Amino acid sequence: MAEFKHRNIIALRDLTREDMELLLATAENMREINSRDIKKVPTLRGKTIINLFYEASTRTRTSFEIAAKRLSADTVNISPSTSSATKGETLADTALNLLAMKPDIIVMRHAVSGAHYHLAKKVSCSVVNAGDGAHEHPSQGLLDLLTIRDRFGRLDGLKVAIVGDIAHSRVARSDIQGLTKMGSHVFLAGPPTMMPPVVEKLGNVTVCATMREAIQDADVVIMLRIQQERQGKTLMPNAREYSRYFGLNPENLKLAKPGAMVMHPGPINRGVEMSSYVADGSQSHVLKQVENGVAVRMAMLYHVCGGELE
Amino acid sequence: MNLLIKNGRVIDPSQGLDDVADVLVEAGLVKEIGKDLKASAGVETIDATGKYVVPGLVDMHVHLRDPGLEYKEDIVSGTRAAVAGGFTSLVCMPNTKPAIDNKTVASYIINKAATEGFCNVFPVGCITYGMGGERMAEMGELKEAGCVAVSDDGRPVANAELMRRALEYARGIGILVISHAEDLALVGEGVMNEGFTSTELGLKGIPRIAEDIATARDVMLAEYTNSPLHIAHVSTRGSVRIIREAKARGVKVTCETAPHYFTLTDDAVRGYDTNAKMNPPLREADDVAAIKEGLRDGTIDCIATDHAPHHLDEKDVEFNVAANGIIGLETSLPLSLKLVEDGILTINQLIEKMSFNPSKILGISRGSLRAGSVADLTVIDPSVEWTVDTETLASKSRNTPFAGWKMKGRAACTIRGGAVAFPRH
Ligand SMILES: [Zn+2]
Repeated sequence: MAEFKHRNIIALRDLTREDMELLLATAENMREINSRDIKKVPTLRGKTIINLFYEASTRTRTSFEIAAKRLSADTVNISPSTSSATKGETLADTALNLLAMKPDIIVMRHAVSGAHYHLAKKVSCSVVNAGDGAHEHPSQGLLDLLTIRDRFGRLDGLKVAIVGDIAHSRVARSDIQGLTKMGSHVFLAGPPTMMPPVVEKLGNVTVCATMREAIQDADVVIMLRIQQERQGKTLMPNAREYSRYFGLNPENLKLAKPGAMVMHPGPINRGVEMSSYVADGSQSHVLKQVENGVAVRMAMLYHVCGGELE
Repeated sequence: MNLLIKNGRVIDPSQGLDDVADVLVEAGLVKEIGKDLKASAGVETIDATGKYVVPGLVDMHVHLRDPGLEYKEDIVSGTRAAVAGGFTSLVCMPNTKPAIDNKTVASYIINKAATEGFCNVFPVGCITYGMGGERMAEMGELKEAGCVAVSDDGRPVANAELMRRALEYARGIGILVISHAEDLALVGEGVMNEGFTSTELGLKGIPRIAEDIATARDVMLAEYTNSPLHIAHVSTRGSVRIIREAKARGVKVTCETAPHYFTLTDDAVRGYDTNAKMNPPLREADDVAAIKEGLRDGTIDCIATDHAPHHLDEKDVEFNVAANGIIGLETSLPLSLKLVEDGILTINQLIEKMSFNPSKILGISRGSLRAGSVADLTVIDPSVEWTVDTETLASKSRNTPFAGWKMKGRAACTIRGGAVAFPRH
């Protein structure tokens, strides 16, 4: 099997198709561990992983923690208050203090795009990105790839619609990087206030004028979470109008290919991004995404540690 | 001390001079320019063979951080950096602590520069008290104290009515208004230029129109009030077009750009390099081309640095929270000489933009080598190749995106008031 050459995983933009294939293949192996009665292997025994979450995210943090524990690593969760930066302690200070405790991996969630590159310059351990600002969320991107590949057996030649607030979404950026590198064609839809400029240049990406156009004949429809606090500001009038034009419901889902996959990074604003009929319906793969999340994160931790499966 | 500068290529746009000649300096003034001038006893001779001898360079947009923020820069270190870069005069912006909104602060700067500085320093006063954008500062007193212009640089005057009145009032006093053209609502939480790079990096963008709209507003106010206006650090193709059209209509508008805006694009931000974070932000290739065209066709009058020193701790942080701005005094001349090498400007036009024009726009008696002028001169070695080493810069701060860059040309000797203020050995 190919070798994984990266010490850090910060962005799918930095990974090649081969890197991602390797991570997905490993995740499939990890999934077997997750279906055992005793869901634990000694692969990362003696390794210390710090989950450094500057933004609250129970889902992602828990998923990383379970992933680490199933590989027998020791984990520590740290949630610095978001105000610690204003109290004078910089990210670099925090990082160096943590590094003195000799962790092997720091898994970080941070509100500032690119914060992980800053961290990686300061520390000698591996850095894994659990989401940075509006930049990337590579573990989410990879688990989306795995979930789609589970259903179709491939990732190339698919029409994938991503609908919602693309501009502020790190999930969208990682999905676009991952999917287009793997050969899918991504169609984006959302209010123009939520569409970043020149996004087509990211790869095989088409910006659609309407949601209809994006989901028409799609194999996969990925709905993004809308930040409730953006309502009533300058990006959209309110949630009601948003859901009317950019919400997924049983009617417009019929535009997609029969049996098309519906995905969402969660947590879902029910009735806004999608109706409960869709979220809980037969085409929804939302829980599958969560399940795959653990396997993908196990694969990421495993590869940045450069370990070998015995 | 008298000086004879021998055999240099003497370039003085103020009198259409470009010839190999000698320059004789006596009692701090230019005495004579001619061929084969003879040194009398007690005259120090400088051999300028193969070099340019030009009126001392004038940087009309510098942040000296003194008083109040001396850990970034002060009048001594800033003027030392200036003469190392070939500048004999600096125009310093008022966003000090306290701001230059009163006579006392202006006098402090002028006095400290006179006693401890290496070059001339001309302060800019505030348009509004404390740069608060609410009440006009005492422009008359600021002018009397020695301020050569007023500006709230770093912040726009958001209130159009106040800007209108400031332009009118300043015209009455005879002081220039310098606009920091930026619409803050459009800037929002932006931290770099809005474009493909911001999309890919997931950083909030600052759209070009944040600058264009403010430029258009201020140009329209200048036109309406028939008042002179200078637009600082032009960075967009839109601003260049608006200013070009206004000049053609006879509006009394002038402007400057900075070397980074004709040298770098927002690609420099890749890797989240905080040394490429500045305001206005680095733009895109089309803007860079428009800036160069604006310099070429005379729309852009001046090259200033917007020298903005920051401490390492303010730059060695995550991109969003990093301070805006870069230092520029010691890299401006070589980056600008590149325009000559690339055929965008003649050397005469470059000297015009780096010395004569800013002096004329601000009404300071510099930028000329006419007999009887103050002997501020820069001897430029146009062919020396060197590498930017941040450890050897004279500025207190190191925040430059040009670290490690190979440069061609730099000041060989900077003469201020007839005395050598900086010799490069
Ligand atoms: Zn400014």
